[in-house]
Amino acid sequence: MSDVIFEGQPAGRSLWQDAWHRLSANKAAVVSLVILIVIALVSIFGPYFLPWRYDEIDWNHVEALPPNFALGHYLGTDTVGRDLLARTLMGGRVSLTVGLLATSVALIIGITVGSIAGFVGARVDQALMRFVDIMYVVPFTFLVIILMVMFGRNFVLMFIAIGAVEWLTMARIVRGQTLTLKHKEFIDAARASGGSTTNIILRHIIPNVLGVVIVYVTLTIPQVILFESFLSFLGLGVQEPMTSWGVLINEGAAELEINPRTLIVPAAFMTITLFCFNFLGDGLRDALDPNDR
Amino acid sequence: MANVLDIRNLNVHFSVRDGDVQAVSDVSLSVAKGECLGIVGESGSGKSQTFMAAMGLLATNGRATGEVNFHGQNVLTLSESARNTLRGNRMTMVFQDPMTSLTPHMRVGAQLTEVLQRHRGLDRTQAHQQAVAMLARVHIPEADRRMAMYPHELSGGLRQRVMIAMALLCGPELLIADEPTTALDVTVQAQILDVIREMKDTLNTAVVLITHDLGVIAGLADHVAVMYAGRIVETGAARDIFMVPKHPYTQSLLACTPRLDEVKRTSLTTIAGQPPNLEHLPTGCAFHPRCPYVMARCRTERPPLIGGKACFLDQLSLAS
Amino acid sequence: MWSHLLRRVLIGIPTLWVIITICFFLMRLTPGGPFDFEAPVPPEIMANLRARYHLDEPLWQQYLSYIWHLLQGDLGPSFKEKDFTVGELIAQSLPVSFQNGLSAMVLALLIGIPAGIFAALRQNKASDYVVSGLSMTGIVVPTFVTSQLAILIFGVWLKDTAFHLPAGGWDNGKFQNRILPVICLALPYIAYIARLMRGSMIETLRANFIRTARAKGLPYHAIIVRHALKTALMPVVTYLGPTTAFILTGSMVIETIFQIPGIGRYFVLGALNRNYTLVMGVTIVSAALIILMNILVDLIYRVLDPKVRHE
Repeated sequence: MSDVIFEGQPAGRSLWQDAWHRLSANKAAVVSLVILIVIALVSIFGPYFLPWRYDEIDWNHVEALPPNFALGHYLGTDTVGRDLLARTLMGGRVSLTVGLLATSVALIIGITVGSIAGFVGARVDQALMRFVDIMYVVPFTFLVIILMVMFGRNFVLMFIAIGAVEWLTMARIVRGQTLTLKHKEFIDAARASGGSTTNIILRHIIPNVLGVVIVYVTLTIPQVILFESFLSFLGLGVQEPMTSWGVLINEGAAELEINPRTLIVPAAFMTITLFCFNFLGDGLRDALDPNDR
Repeated sequence: MANVLDIRNLNVHFSVRDGDVQAVSDVSLSVAKGECLGIVGESGSGKSQTFMAAMGLLATNGRATGEVNFHGQNVLTLSESARNTLRGNRMTMVFQDPMTSLTPHMRVGAQLTEVLQRHRGLDRTQAHQQAVAMLARVHIPEADRRMAMYPHELSGGLRQRVMIAMALLCGPELLIADEPTTALDVTVQAQILDVIREMKDTLNTAVVLITHDLGVIAGLADHVAVMYAGRIVETGAARDIFMVPKHPYTQSLLACTPRLDEVKRTSLTTIAGQPPNLEHLPTGCAFHPRCPYVMARCRTERPPLIGGKACFLDQLSLAS
Repeated sequence: MWSHLLRRVLIGIPTLWVIITICFFLMRLTPGGPFDFEAPVPPEIMANLRARYHLDEPLWQQYLSYIWHLLQGDLGPSFKEKDFTVGELIAQSLPVSFQNGLSAMVLALLIGIPAGIFAALRQNKASDYVVSGLSMTGIVVPTFVTSQLAILIFGVWLKDTAFHLPAGGWDNGKFQNRILPVICLALPYIAYIARLMRGSMIETLRANFIRTARAKGLPYHAIIVRHALKTALMPVVTYLGPTTAFILTGSMVIETIFQIPGIGRYFVLGALNRNYTLVMGVTIVSAALIILMNILVDLIYRVLDPKVRHE
């Protein structure tokens, strides 16, 4: 803190270093980050090391088996004899992918619209933000459901649809940040030295709104995962035999009374993941918030 | 003459992420009735925190040790409710930022009258009358109409007058003004200081005026204490400090203050170096890295406050 | 003030029109229709059906006639429930969803706001962690899990005790039938409001005007209630607008699981059956509600923040 650095880039880096330092002091956030990495790795690579495939039916035991190491069903099977762990890991892959991709879609649209609106200002800003205002009124849950019904349960469409819902808030946040940045000295300097609008947005605005955006991203991913589980509940999630946490939880919830294990396993995975994202998001917010000591 | 406020060996610590920071070290001060004490220092010198501690307004991670005697009673040991009978009543405080220091969703009148209702037990109409009278006393025009306004409808200068009126409503024995003019225009600054002076003279209130600007206290303070890095480095009668500053820091502060009575257009001096970082204070005298008269001894040994200054230099030849 | 209100309403109308148009063409332009039955239908019957609902006319004609009827308050016939118009279906089901939604919202506010304030005032103490942990759980666990769990506990396990509650059904809105759905519906909102309230109260308590209030010697409760609460409520109010609209138009999950004849359940059924007019009708009602709620939030803002009122 004692020395002030005037060049743009090194100051930026020290801000990130500072934030990282603060984040690593936050135990809940660090633990969450580690758990998330483990869950992601296990979901990606785990299925290759399991004796059963996620869609493979154990024809000798077409019933819900309790955990059985001899047969290689480490967490048992579901009602039609498919390995629960393999399915849960596969579901994790799908849920995390939907979460990440949908958020990326939201991120790209949101940052583009937000930074252009904020930086160009005037009519462009008014037009874009009025559009966002209008979009806010659209009952999106309904729209996504309509889309899913109309176009079939399409995996790609799902994250595009969800992403198209979530970008609005992102655009507002980025615009707000851009407006405050716009009149900072280093932007004036960049403009004075002849930087084009695109160049200034890409090289100066976006790197500086990234902090807020990252926080929002970590809090959006769990929302998307929850939304996917909601679609799955309505039967509009990914299609069998492909699966997701939402699909599994929904199946498990129906079996709750006789076979609680089929709910508990995927629900535990999903809940822990969502918890971790939320804790990480809170930690990041504290770490990146300059108002907070 | 009994002192209204008598601070003895006050220390203020804040626990932060990386440990513990001492914002105020071994500060002793006193103010008597009808007297004005000026506290001068840069930001981070501990000048505000000293009096935040006295008011019991430290942030939750702060704690104060030592004694803050108000009419001989140590307020640091009082319970929150006992302290609340003093605060806003017998000892009051005006803050730096009038724009954000008033509750935005309450009318000015309600914010004023609640003080009288709480401490004086007045009913609504009595409180209203007294509040209007006080607004008029701090020279707010159309006081009655302002009562119904919200803070954002008033200018910065008017808001600060409202803050001062609020602080004076119960006729306090002690008024602490923490940079009351910093956020205001120069002409408004002078008006606000006039109001404070007038109130001090007519109500015989003891006033503590905290500022980073020596010019502000020049005409107002009877005594001055200069703080640096949480400690008092020089203290004495205002006259003496302005005429014969004994500490190099005070001297540099004076050199930084533009003087209206100087005809020569000299360029403004600034103090070299950065204000100290409380988390990593220099050894010895905290001012030594910036001191033009630094000696070997200053780097290792901290000069005690003796005879109104904390400096090893015997005599400071005034650089003119 | 009134002109502002009028402007908001006037902006709402074209917005609504845009939404209607998008939905209309989105649904009509995609393959499949309301009469794709499992078993093939003779072509002449199909033609009859399509003619009866004007599905054989050119799209623009259908659109214009839809808008024309809409302007007269007619949402069209339901493709599936033969003797009902969409208007009638909505008129039947919306009050049910409204009652549940409103009860859940009131419950969420009554529990969420105090819980959030309580946690904020005990920031980083054990009781704060308990409240924050519970609220995080409420946000993270999907409603269809909590409601099925609730049914299992109160409907099955506690069947022979005094705590037994019906596992589903509406029974014309008997009180016992409402308890579980309303609570399950409210849970995530309680959690979210508590979290929001905690954060904004902590932030408000750091404000300069709170320091002033403390310096005035006001007792703690007066500082919270008179000085902090209104400002701290702002984010909750903002959140409340769209959320209330959403919750009032029925929870698809809750209404499906508890078999409640609300508008959300109709929407799900309508969407799955490609019941165009019903889906359109529900979407329009919901969008209109969101617009209305946003205007309402605007008004509440004016009450809470004199600065907005001033502009």
